[in-house]
Amino acid sequence: MDKFVIEHLTVSYSDGTESLKDISLNIPPNAINVLFGPAGGGKSTLLRVLNRLNDLADVAFVSGRVLLDGIDILDPKTDVIALRRRIGMVFARPVVLPFTIRGNLTYGLELAGVRDKSRLTEAVERSLIQAALWDEVKDRLDEPAIALSGGQQQRLCLARSLALEPDVILLDEPTSGLDPISTGKVETSLQELKQIYTIVLVPHSVQQAARVADNAAFFLQGELVEFAPGKEIFTHPRDKRSEDYIVGRFG
Amino acid sequence: MITNSTPSSAKRNLIQRLGFGLITLIAMLTVFLILMVVGYIVVLGIPAISIEFLTGFPSDGMRAGGIFPAIVGTILLTLGTALFAVPLGISAAIYLSEYAPENRWTRMIRVAIINLAGIPSVVYGLFGLGLFVIFLRFGTSILAGSLTLAIMTLPVIITTTEEALQAVPQSFRTVSVSLGATRWQTIRRIVLPQSQPGILTGVILGLERAAGETAPILFTAAAFFLPRLPHSPLDSTMALPYHLFVISTQVPGMPIHIQYGTALVLLVFILGMNLIATVIRSRARARRQW
Amino acid sequence: MKSRTTASENLITAIVKGTGYSAVIFVVVIFIFLLSQGLPTLREVPLSNLFSTRWYPIEGYYGILPLLLGSLIVTLGATLIAVPVGISTAIYISEISPRWAREILKPLVEVLGGLPSVVLGFLGILILAPYIRQLLYISTGLAAITGSILLAAITIPTIVSVSEDALDAVPRSYRDAALALGATQWQTIWKVTLPAARSGVLTAIMLGVGRTIGETMVVMMVTGNAPVMPTSLSALFAPVRTMTATIAAEMGEVATGSTHYHVLFFIGIVLFFIALVINITASAVVFKSRKRSERILS
Repeated sequence: MDKFVIEHLTVSYSDGTESLKDISLNIPPNAINVLFGPAGGGKSTLLRVLNRLNDLADVAFVSGRVLLDGIDILDPKTDVIALRRRIGMVFARPVVLPFTIRGNLTYGLELAGVRDKSRLTEAVERSLIQAALWDEVKDRLDEPAIALSGGQQQRLCLARSLALEPDVILLDEPTSGLDPISTGKVETSLQELKQIYTIVLVPHSVQQAARVADNAAFFLQGELVEFAPGKEIFTHPRDKRSEDYIVGRFG
Repeated sequence: MITNSTPSSAKRNLIQRLGFGLITLIAMLTVFLILMVVGYIVVLGIPAISIEFLTGFPSDGMRAGGIFPAIVGTILLTLGTALFAVPLGISAAIYLSEYAPENRWTRMIRVAIINLAGIPSVVYGLFGLGLFVIFLRFGTSILAGSLTLAIMTLPVIITTTEEALQAVPQSFRTVSVSLGATRWQTIRRIVLPQSQPGILTGVILGLERAAGETAPILFTAAAFFLPRLPHSPLDSTMALPYHLFVISTQVPGMPIHIQYGTALVLLVFILGMNLIATVIRSRARARRQW
Repeated sequence: MKSRTTASENLITAIVKGTGYSAVIFVVVIFIFLLSQGLPTLREVPLSNLFSTRWYPIEGYYGILPLLLGSLIVTLGATLIAVPVGISTAIYISEISPRWAREILKPLVEVLGGLPSVVLGFLGILILAPYIRQLLYISTGLAAITGSILLAAITIPTIVSVSEDALDAVPRSYRDAALALGATQWQTIWKVTLPAARSGVLTAIMLGVGRTIGETMVVMMVTGNAPVMPTSLSALFAPVRTMTATIAAEMGEVATGSTHYHVLFFIGIVLFFIALVINITASAVVFKSRKRSERILS
């Protein structure tokens, strides 16, 4: 069964801009699903709808359904807190919380009321291993997270969301500020993680999209133009607009 | 448009030199003023300072002895002010920073805060007298004085706290929410701890103001001739600013050194608080994790 | 993993929301209370009396004009001194002084701003008043001018802080452009920087005036407390009585509910409104970079 089923989703902000227009999309599990396209296309908005983070923004109007494992998460009765624990998110700039490395990783679990020290320690180690950061920081877990390099901080943010053992990981241009080596490490981690999690990624370049995507959706000005397996869309896009963008005629 | 009104650059430079000289002179005048004020009080007040002065009770109609009850009174009033103003002020600031939408109701709150900040201190005294002392029958008491000073201090605490909260990066809140935090969890675990030094600084500066005020306590708390310590919050009390006021205006034959000594103690109290606030502020800036 | 209980979260939210409106509640309560105790004046004292030139409550004369004008003249004197000195000092700190001097000057000005007014009044009685008496050959040093000088000392830190921030906020590019066109630094300050900071400086002045009008202790201690009508500029050198000093001096002696009591509250209402108008105008002037807290603290 598809992880996310999006039906006729429309989102517009209170200043009138329509961010997403009648989007319908099925996101399969255990794959790297990429949302790509030029700026303003609605990709980040869609990402934030998936974990209801758009509630924080100045959204005036949302219609349609978004089903996660068959249940509509846009339903007002949804337990948004529990939803957000099932869905991890990594942002474009690494935002480490003003705690130690360990504190960053246990934050989400502590919010949920987990106090068992062994469980917390296990989560710290597991998530750092999954984010390929364990070897680098295992001896300094109690140092401030701000002391890490940019690439390490971003991997810490990835580990932080993994600590909650979510089903889904959302990433919004996660490597945009990182050097090529760190970028490579993140992309490699994602390839391993997709076996456990469903990944939805907004890449910061078409090249990255082509590198990692199992499936890719092209967004243009709030519309979903095309959604196809990665192998197909980047070599033989069906829509002319997708082709123009991929080839670089506009950007 | 900058136009040259004088043809020769020598004249222009002369004007600049004179102008700068005048401005510098005036600025130095201000500095001189400040140093003189502090200097006078320190130099003429130190001779009066002694253990007996600081811990003893007044005698001979205030003309001799110590000012201990006044010191205690000011401390009690400051604590009382803090008791009422700090929780209320911080909570109101949390509302403004973390909960309030930007609409006309919120603007109304901000206008009210500006109003409260602008009310003359003697009008607060009038209000405190009418409401707390007379109408609510608290009498001239530490309670009435503290409540009056608390309302007066509220705008300062709300404003500085709100700024301290706003200084915490928004990205922290976003991340916290994405990890499944409720609004209050984010505030309690991240926003408040990170803004603590800023809040503390603001509180101390606000209380510093309250400690030095005379008009609000004139008829709500202060007593002149009360050579014992207050027994309860419903007791009136001596207080340093009021004491200084009375001994410098209404007691004939008041020894000058005691007047300066009292002024010095008040000054040290106030400037001490200022110093503590400044130290907290700069140490926090150095230790910030963002 | 359990979800957070919403009951306690709702309770906290309710409490926080409630306290959020506390400032509004207090303003309203204060306003209503002042009105309730002050408006009876209009019933008890005929307007001809209230706006007469004689303030002698013992014999039933409740003319507030001498008090109003007393406040005005003292404030005017203080502003005339404080504005040039304050702005000059601000210019010095912001435009002329070297970096290291700035680090000393700014805290120093803050110290002056933190001084309790009663301390300045005290020094006024002991040092300034006798000096003025000698200097100007007047019969007593306790006069409007003495008050004005001390009030200026109290107001200068406010004007300096707010103005200095306003000047600091003027973009470097303005100054650089002027200098590149051949202006001297002096000309740049007066023709470019200061005009650009105009709204902030105006705010500073208004806040200073607001503080001056509301000041009580200094005027009570050094202005002589004689509610005489100031008839000419020479009144600056004679004793006056301000509204604030009147309230402070006479409140302790009135019977609750008496006409005198009501009139004092009426004066309080007048002060409330004057301060209201000044502060709302000052804060409405757009000044983005100034931190609101420093404005209220200064």
